Amino acid sequence: MTRLATDPVASLPQAPSAQRGALGTLLRRPAAIVAIAYLAILVVVSVAAPLIAPADPLGLDLARVLSGPTQNNLLGTDSLGRDVLSRILYGGRRSLISVVEGVVVVLAIGVPLGLAAGYFRGWGDSVISRISDVLLAVPGIILVLVILAVVPRNEDVAMVAFAVLGAPSVFRVVRGATLRVREELYIAAARVSGLSHPRIVMRHVLPRITGPVVVQASLFAAYALLFETGIAYLGLAADPSTPTWGGMVGEASTVIQQQQWLVIPSGVTIAVTILAFGLLGDSLRDALAVDERIASSAARGGKRAPAPVVVENASEPASSREGALLDVRNMSVSVLSEDGVTPVVEGVSFDVMPGETVGLIGESGCGKSVTAYAILRLLPPELVLASGQVFLDGTDIAAASDRDFDRLRGRTLAYVSQEPQPSLDPTFTVGSQLSEVVRNHEGGTRREAKQRALELLELVELPGAQQVARARAHELSGGMAQRVAIAIALAGRPKLLIADEPTTALDVTIQAEILALLRRLKAETGLAMLLITHNWGVVADTCDRTVVMYAGQVVERADVQDLFDRPLHPYTRGLLESEPALAEPGALLTAMPGSVPAPGSWSSGCRFAARCPFAVAECSDGAVPLAPVGTGRQSRCLRVDEIFGAVTA
Amino acid sequence: MEPLLELRDVTVHYRRGRTTICALDAVSLDVRPGETVGLVGESGSGKSTIGRSVLGLAPVRSGEVLLAGRDITHLPFKQRRETYRHVQVVFQDPYSSLNPSRTIGGTLAEPLEAQGGYDRAAVRDRVREALERVRLPAEAADRYPRQFSGGQRQRIAIARALILSPQLIVFDEPTSALDLSVQAQILNLLQELQAERNLSYLFISHDLQVVRHVSDRVFVLYQGQVLETGAAAEVSEAPAHPYAHALLQAAPLPNPRLQRERRMARTPSIRLESSSSTDRCAFAHRCPYAIPVCEFERPELRPSEHGLVACHRYPEWCAEVAPDIPVRNGGPS
Amino acid sequence: MLRLLTQRVLLAIPLLFVVCAGTFLLIELLPGDAAQALAGQTSSDEQIQQLRESLGLDQPLLTRLWEWIDGALHGDLGLSQTYGLPVTEIMNSRLSVTLSLVVGTTLVAAVLGVALGIAGALHVGPVGRFVDGLSLAGLAFPSFFLGLLLVSWLAISIPVFPATGYVPFSTSPTEWFRSLVLPVVTLALPGVAVIAKQTRDSILETMTRPFVRTLRASGVTRRSILYKHVLRNASISVLTVVGLVFVGALGGTVIVESVFALPGLGGLAVEATLKNDVPIMQGVVLYFTVIVIIVNLLVDVAYAALDPRIRAS
Repeated sequence: MTRLATDPVASLPQAPSAQRGALGTLLRRPAAIVAIAYLAILVVVSVAAPLIAPADPLGLDLARVLSGPTQNNLLGTDSLGRDVLSRILYGGRRSLISVVEGVVVVLAIGVPLGLAAGYFRGWGDSVISRISDVLLAVPGIILVLVILAVVPRNEDVAMVAFAVLGAPSVFRVVRGATLRVREELYIAAARVSGLSHPRIVMRHVLPRITGPVVVQASLFAAYALLFETGIAYLGLAADPSTPTWGGMVGEASTVIQQQQWLVIPSGVTIAVTILAFGLLGDSLRDALAVDERIASSAARGGKRAPAPVVVENASEPASSREGALLDVRNMSVSVLSEDGVTPVVEGVSFDVMPGETVGLIGESGCGKSVTAYAILRLLPPELVLASGQVFLDGTDIAAASDRDFDRLRGRTLAYVSQEPQPSLDPTFTVGSQLSEVVRNHEGGTRREAKQRALELLELVELPGAQQVARARAHELSGGMAQRVAIAIALAGRPKLLIADEPTTALDVTIQAEILALLRRLKAETGLAMLLITHNWGVVADTCDRTVVMYAGQVVERADVQDLFDRPLHPYTRGLLESEPALAEPGALLTAMPGSVPAPGSWSSGCRFAARCPFAVAECSDGAVPLAPVGTGRQSRCLRVDEIFGAVTA
Repeated sequence: MEPLLELRDVTVHYRRGRTTICALDAVSLDVRPGETVGLVGESGSGKSTIGRSVLGLAPVRSGEVLLAGRDITHLPFKQRRETYRHVQVVFQDPYSSLNPSRTIGGTLAEPLEAQGGYDRAAVRDRVREALERVRLPAEAADRYPRQFSGGQRQRIAIARALILSPQLIVFDEPTSALDLSVQAQILNLLQELQAERNLSYLFISHDLQVVRHVSDRVFVLYQGQVLETGAAAEVSEAPAHPYAHALLQAAPLPNPRLQRERRMARTPSIRLESSSSTDRCAFAHRCPYAIPVCEFERPELRPSEHGLVACHRYPEWCAEVAPDIPVRNGGPS
Repeated sequence: MLRLLTQRVLLAIPLLFVVCAGTFLLIELLPGDAAQALAGQTSSDEQIQQLRESLGLDQPLLTRLWEWIDGALHGDLGLSQTYGLPVTEIMNSRLSVTLSLVVGTTLVAAVLGVALGIAGALHVGPVGRFVDGLSLAGLAFPSFFLGLLLVSWLAISIPVFPATGYVPFSTSPTEWFRSLVLPVVTLALPGVAVIAKQTRDSILETMTRPFVRTLRASGVTRRSILYKHVLRNASISVLTVVGLVFVGALGGTVIVESVFALPGLGGLAVEATLKNDVPIMQGVVLYFTVIVIIVNLLVDVAYAALDPRIRAS
């Protein structure tokens, strides 16, 4: 029936702005710019040393020995009267060549081996990894000294040896990065496109690991310089008359009692250069991390509007029921980012009666999880409660102090999350975590807490409670771990349980059991529940009342049977019609065109109007209130009567 | 009519360190031209492994995979590449199946470049066509994946699967990571494409309702074994295997009244977690209708009312279920 | 646990063998040999050959390797050309110096680093930035430069500590301590930096994991979460780094002992290199490898104690 419409071109954001990339981010950091500039200047100056050095680096002047900085010798002279500045300029050449040697060798070994080991795995990987581990068993510098004992004063050999011994760390990083890329589905897709393995490595793997490789190269350059100057300091490097930075520090150390200045020029030069390499590596690593974050957040949220969209939050009449256990009124939550303050939840109101299960349903990006976190005061730092009140048993807990709220945690208000095993600390047994929570609520001895913990495990229908208590999170299946999480939540005998997609990560047969458990607990203990989900079946199975959210707002509230029998909002109806379970097999589903608008791009009128088959000009004029429609129901739609027929009061 | 795709007693073993996991245990199935075959099962059922075996991405230990009668189980790379002109894939995770560093155009062109024989103009044309087919604007070719939503990315993945004009597409949980409304758009798109080009689909999903909606025939998998197969509508209304029955009962229907009625009739299942099974029925330890022989002998697939079923107690177990409660789906009243 | 230990110890033996044999092989493969290096540029071929014979270098590789291993198992690592004393005797007399230095460094680095890291994680603003800055500075200052600066300020300008030299613990504990302060500070600075950064990063990362949110939601106090749960989970990667710091410090003794004229194994290695004394170098490789293996073993044991998943595998 409904023809699939082409997504309007306007839905694609401008190309350049979202494509800044890691390089761009890098070049915005002052530290990185300074480091790059310094290194560039250093290279130029070293290459041009014969042209710009004020004096001959080997030129003795025994009359002017160990002078501090003077007009003739800007950085002073050493114990043979040679000009320090010139020696530093020349010394840079040897150091830079050594660094380049080191970096080239370490990459030449570490990158291909890391790629091969990470991509192909198998026995080759085991062998190379073992060798790599062996090489790490001895401090590299010792082996280089061994080599220098046999091939004396050969700095090139020393640098190559150092690089070979340093290759394991680059190998590890490259292997790790390759392993991660290899697991991505686009590698399998490339294979099914018909690309051979070598081509996949060149096209898909290599570009993705370039970032970490450059970071490692930069950091290794720092270490290589550290090593090279150290060797030179010890007098193990080249011909003693050739100026080297390390050698200069060495010479300075012999006269340190007489002249304390001499150590400074060469030492500081070394330190600053190493610092530059290190800064470059760190900045690049940070830039890559930021780039990854942008890529993954852009995927889900879309671009944020530059100016905060201030929507008139028409304070709606508090249509909450009497004696509600949880009463959320006009809650708004915003996200703080570089682009400003953007609302993600706006003016949300609903309530939960004692012993009732309310389903908060919506698709991704509608703000349902954020609403739950806001109630629980578990918002991540970049999200803030902008306005609204949350009444729990009559008290506004949103305005309560941290201390007062902490007293409610687990006792009146409990929480179960979406991911069963990650909700448990992997380093403790399940039983000890449960006991800890019990003791936190009720005090008592360890034995009492343990006893209560076992009772709780039995309450959630775990067979063999003793054994389960001794297990750890990774030893339990998803269903069992979720039962444990529920036990932890029930430890404080809460009145309200907020469950955030508690069965989404579980197999369907296990899901049925968990939902049955929750229903049983509700029947036996009078537990009220706020169940967040995207699954209509779950709502139908467990909830008494539903609250439908769309683009940060509540668009409909109704008792569950009423909602399913007769949805009174075009979005709710459209969503129900998208359900394959409710459709004729083989027929086209009634699919709503377009997609959910992201926070920051909400219109000031009805946010669903762009996709609504019944929208008229009026819908986009101004904010649409959540108005009563019939008994105990509300809908955020101007045209309810026209669309759905007159609604009996 | 000869089947387009056939699996005969395919067994796949994976090695994890020192242990070997049997992912598929002598599985047989077939897909005919123009039809959609659904593979449904929970985690560990082996359904994704079947997809990978067809694509040459899984180590098949024994058995054969036949494409249009030709054995493609173990092929050297050049010949395997050739089969990719006929079989393609759409994966589950739209965020992982597109290389974030390449443009959409580059990603779509890749199959063409890999197969060879297309000049630049031809590539450009086909890319544009592919985008059009999945209802995305041509400008999308110059953009990067990060600029698209999950649903749009999945369309791009579908476009990539279509670009070589294959006869069979393997869909590995194509809509599991998508919202309900987006899923509906994608399922509709798949249906239209199939009608336009007489494609065959191997549709893998854990969601029985989705599989029922899109499939002609269905295979129910558990722990690497096929437990039941038959026409989708029939298997979903009157399953011949206790596991298929349990799956159906477990998935809550979007109808509160009906759910209440179903709950009252639900048979309890034993909550023991899995263990491997080659010489017995894989479901025996959880089956409320099991008898001793189920633990010692693996049931063969034999004809059921509407397909095949691997159960020692068929059709006797059906009588033990409360007779009145229907297993049917309800529609909006 | 016991099984893990025995497993590691059994693996260590072949590892030791491989490293020592590898060193032998390495020396063999290098252009020239010990005799040539010892004799220098000026000696004639005959003199070099004579030297070679007297050192036993003319025998086949495997024979020499076997003899060396046989000797090592009996506590005899050969004779040092330059000192005229058994290698074992020279090494043992210097072992305690190096161990004092390296163990002291690792302890200081670990304690200070972890404390700074926790502080940096809890107070994200200025302390966090300080930790970042420190980690860069720690890397950038070469130990010889830092050591010389410290000597310059705290030993020469203001004579608080001795500039050079080592006093054994048995002679005078206070003097032993004083003689180690500057070297330990020099060697520990990069370690403090690295450990602080890792601790901070690890804590911040652990705080984002789901179980922290679950614990918080169930009412467990912030303090309890941090000190009981977060630190335990974060400590695994910190432990890895502490092990690396130890190994790094061991390598760093080569320079630091030279700067402060401490009679330890590192300084010995430098002297032996300058004098081309191969037997001592081989002895140093052996000792250092054994130390590193023991440290890695301790780290593995600590891992298993902290993370039960590792115990199981």
